[in-house]
Amino acid sequence: MQNQNEKDPIIENLWHALGALKEIDAGQVNKTQLLGQPLCYGKDANDVAFVWPASERHKTHTPVNFEALNRCLPVQVRYGYVWTCLGTPSEEIFDIPEYVEPDRRNLNAASMGVHVSAPRAIENFLDMGHFPYVHTDILGVEPHTEVKDYDVTVSADACEILATRCLFYQPMASQASAGGADVEYVYRVPHPYCSILYKSSPLDAARQDVICIFIQPLDQEHIRAHMLLSVLDVDNPDISIRAFQQTIFGQDKPILENQFPKRLPLDPRVETPIRADKSAITYRRWLRQKGITYGVIPAAA
Amino acid sequence: MIKLYDYELSGNCFKLRLLMAILGVKYEPVAVDFYPGLEHKSPWFLQLNPLGQLPVIDDDGYILRDAQAILIYLASKYDPSAKWYPTGSPNLLGEVCQWMAFADAITSTASAARLHDGLFYDFDIEACRTGAHRLFRILDEHLWFGEDQGNDWLCSGSHPTVADLACFPYVVLSEEGGISRQDYPAIRRWTDRVKRIPGFRVMPGIFPAGPGPKTT
Repeated sequence: MQNQNEKDPIIENLWHALGALKEIDAGQVNKTQLLGQPLCYGKDANDVAFVWPASERHKTHTPVNFEALNRCLPVQVRYGYVWTCLGTPSEEIFDIPEYVEPDRRNLNAASMGVHVSAPRAIENFLDMGHFPYVHTDILGVEPHTEVKDYDVTVSADACEILATRCLFYQPMASQASAGGADVEYVYRVPHPYCSILYKSSPLDAARQDVICIFIQPLDQEHIRAHMLLSVLDVDNPDISIRAFQQTIFGQDKPILENQFPKRLPLDPRVETPIRADKSAITYRRWLRQKGITYGVIPAAA
Repeated sequence: MIKLYDYELSGNCFKLRLLMAILGVKYEPVAVDFYPGLEHKSPWFLQLNPLGQLPVIDDDGYILRDAQAILIYLASKYDPSAKWYPTGSPNLLGEVCQWMAFADAITSTASAARLHDGLFYDFDIEACRTGAHRLFRILDEHLWFGEDQGNDWLCSGSHPTVADLACFPYVVLSEEGGISRQDYPAIRRWTDRVKRIPGFRVMPGIFPAGPGPKTT
């Protein structure tokens, strides 16, 4: 059970993704963890998903009779993933309207474990400054290191952060790129542990590729990062679209795991930001105002 | 041309990409969806390698599995200097084989820990980490005494061998499995030397060496 000291009612009442529905073998037990609590999940032959508290009786990859489970947690399937909530769901899962566009390729790039807190992972996802150094020759290259000024706003209902007009020179913005280009990014943060990135499509100047990161907090300092791709790409097979994103994430992993402290400090005096960190500053302030305590070091009162 | 059945995040695939980059051997990668697709367990791949493991190469119809075996094959065929796989010296060759076996032990401990933490493999994580630390302690001592004798590499002699490339990837990726290398200073110096071998290339999770000591 979750340690009482670690309870964060806001986070507990939100939906969190546990895994891609397609990757679950029907009729079997899968084990994972959410907010420190061991869970089992699975799906039946009709793709109906189930999530329930782990018990000794249920062993990984053994058959399970879902009808015989006595207590299941709330469950939804959205964007190809199984989502659950440990408390009472306080809001709907955010909308990604592009997901249902008929010509989009939707796939899970990977679900990967990282030794870091969920907010650190989101903050890294929002950062463009590291592109030339960590994703050299792909998402950035020297001397094109400048993060040009961009706009960050919080929606009127305080539900979502939006960063727009983010421009960056990228040698190879996606698997479908033919060469270097100035790429425009838009970031949404509609959930403390989820972010959605829109970037110019190399194939259609009027539309954008969508890359989402849904962070499943295993505990305060360990996560599973689920990466949804919803892209316009008619040529490349799933495997190379996936491989591109896994390469990017594999490069981020050691950076994330070497962050110290692992939890995100919310006290504005703790880390010194620069202008390029505008979205990170907004994100930290937004978490602080929401009263998030899980995966962060709260500001002194 | 050589076909390499490849997964970008695999250290065992990386060591072959590394040797081929160093030797200037051209190859064509065939991406295998190791994760999340588990394509290395699919029927078409099992025909290629019944063990269901990466990497595999196809060199003009000659199919070979096992990272260490492929290193030996590639070095024997494509390194005319015979330095990477030194068949001319029985002692040196014996050492190379000894450390190639050690590389397999690193795979079953340090690499297994990384698969557990990163891709949720169902392994005994404490046993993996303890096993890796035991190997790293042995490796660190060996390298430390070697440095004392003027040896830069795993095997005696002035040139690196396939044994260095076989052991390197899962040592340098160990932190992804929660295995710190802080207590192994000789290992850290050795990994830096490997990174400075002409033709060295990186993979996700491995960074190039920092600026080297200035030679004026």
